[in-house]
Amino acid sequence: MKIVLLGLCALIIPGTALAGGMNDDPLLTKVMINQLEIRSAEGSNPLAWDAEGWIGKDLNKLWLKTEGEYVSGKVSDMESQALYSRAVAPFWDMQVGWRHDKLENPAPHRDWLTLGVRGLAPYSFDVDGAVFIGDNGRLAARLKVEYDILFTQRLILVPEIKINVYSRDDPATATGSGLANIETGLRLRYEIRREFAPYIGLNWNRLYGKSADYAREEGGDVDNVRLLVGLRTWF
Amino acid sequence: MKTPHLKNNSRQISLPRRRFVKGLAASGALLGMGVSPASLLAETYSQGVEQKILTGRQFKLTIAPQTVNFTGRTRLATAVNGSVPGPVIRWRQGDRVKIDVTNKLAESSSIHWHGIILPAPMDGVPDISFKGIAPGGTYHYEFQLRQSGTYWYHSHSGFQEQTGLYGPLIVEPDEPEPFSYKRDYVVMLSDWSDEEPADIYAKLKKMSDYYNFNERTVSDLEGDIRRQGLVRTWAARSMWNRMRMSDRDLSDVTGYTYTFLMNGHPPAQGWTGLFKRGEKVRLRIINGSAMTFFDVRIPGLAMTVVAADGQNIEPVTVDEFRIGVAETYDVIVEPAERAYCLFAQALDRSGYARGTLTPDLSLKAGIPALDPYPILTHQDMGMAMSAKGGQGNRTHNMPEMAMPGMGAAGHKKMVAGGHNMIQRGPAGMGSDTPVVHVASEYGPQVDARAANPQYHLDDPGVGLRRNGRRVLRYSDLRNLYPTADSRDPSREIQLHLTGNMARYMWSINGIKYADAEPLSFKYGERLRITFINDTMMNHPMHLHGMWSELETGDGRYIPRKHTVIVQPGSRISYLVSADAMGGWAFHCHLLYHMLGMFRKVIVS
Repeated sequence: MKIVLLGLCALIIPGTALAGGMNDDPLLTKVMINQLEIRSAEGSNPLAWDAEGWIGKDLNKLWLKTEGEYVSGKVSDMESQALYSRAVAPFWDMQVGWRHDKLENPAPHRDWLTLGVRGLAPYSFDVDGAVFIGDNGRLAARLKVEYDILFTQRLILVPEIKINVYSRDDPATATGSGLANIETGLRLRYEIRREFAPYIGLNWNRLYGKSADYAREEGGDVDNVRLLVGLRTWF
Repeated sequence: MKTPHLKNNSRQISLPRRRFVKGLAASGALLGMGVSPASLLAETYSQGVEQKILTGRQFKLTIAPQTVNFTGRTRLATAVNGSVPGPVIRWRQGDRVKIDVTNKLAESSSIHWHGIILPAPMDGVPDISFKGIAPGGTYHYEFQLRQSGTYWYHSHSGFQEQTGLYGPLIVEPDEPEPFSYKRDYVVMLSDWSDEEPADIYAKLKKMSDYYNFNERTVSDLEGDIRRQGLVRTWAARSMWNRMRMSDRDLSDVTGYTYTFLMNGHPPAQGWTGLFKRGEKVRLRIINGSAMTFFDVRIPGLAMTVVAADGQNIEPVTVDEFRIGVAETYDVIVEPAERAYCLFAQALDRSGYARGTLTPDLSLKAGIPALDPYPILTHQDMGMAMSAKGGQGNRTHNMPEMAMPGMGAAGHKKMVAGGHNMIQRGPAGMGSDTPVVHVASEYGPQVDARAANPQYHLDDPGVGLRRNGRRVLRYSDLRNLYPTADSRDPSREIQLHLTGNMARYMWSINGIKYADAEPLSFKYGERLRITFINDTMMNHPMHLHGMWSELETGDGRYIPRKHTVIVQPGSRISYLVSADAMGGWAFHCHLLYHMLGMFRKVIVS
């Protein structure tokens, strides 16, 4: 994996161009903690995160993405991705790389090849969609769409929807074939600065089909609505 | 004509800097009522930054770090001879001037004499004119002045211009001027940020609307629906939304981080210019900003514009004018015995610079409110139809679907310019060449192409249309003297100003400077440069070394400029006589655009 990352870096970093002593395309990094939030739940409240970061230039970047939950002193589920991102259209990047799921014991880890696109769709919807190819021909797909509604320049409501689909049953990770879940969020943030915005909101996660059945067997929720409070920050 | 101040020049220059300021008072007395005494008086009365003036034929300039405080916080600026803006340099037409510029920064530096016609090695652009001035090094500039007027100088290295390396440059004419005045003030506008320019650039790359706090909100939408109904609101909004563009995208960097300065004075303090009853006052307004266009007016006082970019024009009286980055305008005003506010609001209305013209320091002038936030229209996207076509509508092609050449297909010979039909083609009349979007304009680096870019010389620009004031338009500019080179252009170069706002990438024809071949001009040729602005921003395009003779509709009196605003979604053209051998810079003068929106020109 390290070799792959180094290779990606090598692809991105060279080619510094000077214009009158100025480099129009400097190597930059950005870390975005889109969601870092405490969700209300029975028992202990989980801390959930969704963060991304990149290093690169205008058209080619190395992206890292992570999301997961931290409950009762330990990480319960965590997904990480390392992607090569290349601008392919004015508003779209193609993102290809590796995804790793670390699930709560005793569930096994899962690795996937990610083939994704990310960008801004007409009407300014933020879209992040990907197909994941796992071992034994296991396939998964995800679509995440977000939209910013500005009440003021700083008070912004963000509806979000995230849909996961799997090609086959995977009892070990409690995912069923077909539509697995739809997660809907509504977050109202206040940008004290562009880079620093606390928020409150709701997150509604509903499982479907076989995924819901697995959850029921384990005595878990198939449908939960959680209040949340969090912080969005980037630098 | 000899004036007294030429005699004491050399003495001034040899004085140490600290004594130099004091020395000015003495030399001011010697000047009597000559050309420039008023500027000297100004420094006596203005608080804070003093306007230092250097005159003569030999100069020593030192570029060095300097602590400044424009905002309440102390920051390190890049200064010339210890001041921001740098000292006013006054030259005389016909003189051969020698300037030794010493760089005391830790990085390479340079000074470019903006608008001055001079030999290529004297132009001060690193990697094109010369190597730049290394830390600790001195570069000897020496050239003959073949022109007069109001200009400025600034660094052409890195982002030094943003941090203070700029100053006014005045060339006194060798014969009497065609207008009269008693007072002569330099009014230099600029934008200061406490942030590091590299950080501003990085923020724009990470979030291009970082500094824009005028985006549309839910209540704007409610207002629109209430006023125009749901259907029309949807129709108006849908094009912007499909294109993923904002009609509020006026300035990349705004008053959120900028403090706008007039002669180095922040607005709270303001600059002050004194006059006596009955005196005519000349204001030499220079936009030395990194990124800010200003709309300038003096409520209650008409301004007669006598020169644009240092070159005399047929006088035109206006209430207001827009000054793009790097442009200069000379205006003459005849104030009554009261105080006036010289008000320069940023194009995006996020702030202003101001000064006071007054016969008496105890008189105060009211500061006008900022105008409403301007909103871009379909015209600014290059979608407006010819004069009779009216507003763009949904049947128009999206720029993304524009076919090469379609923009001009029906307008080949007769192009509407305002209300009059103008025969394009001959010198001064503009281009009749079809608009062609070349293949390099398609790709992730370009987010739009103007479908139907038109000449908008009659348009004062977004935010100034029908505001009830007489606003200067480019169509008002007419050279005071007959066109020197009356040849029709033998060829035309069409350049498309392109970019991707969201990725904050800027280019010409979709190709950034680092990847571009130089443009070749043949020595002696007369050519036409036509710009198509495929973006939704104003770009002030600056050609070094040669005049940009702006085609405003009269071939006999073509005005000469060094910097030309290319309005969003529009077309504009100028003629160039390629009479200066060597390599020259040619670029957008918005500091954070010019890294990509830049070309080298080679005249050979």
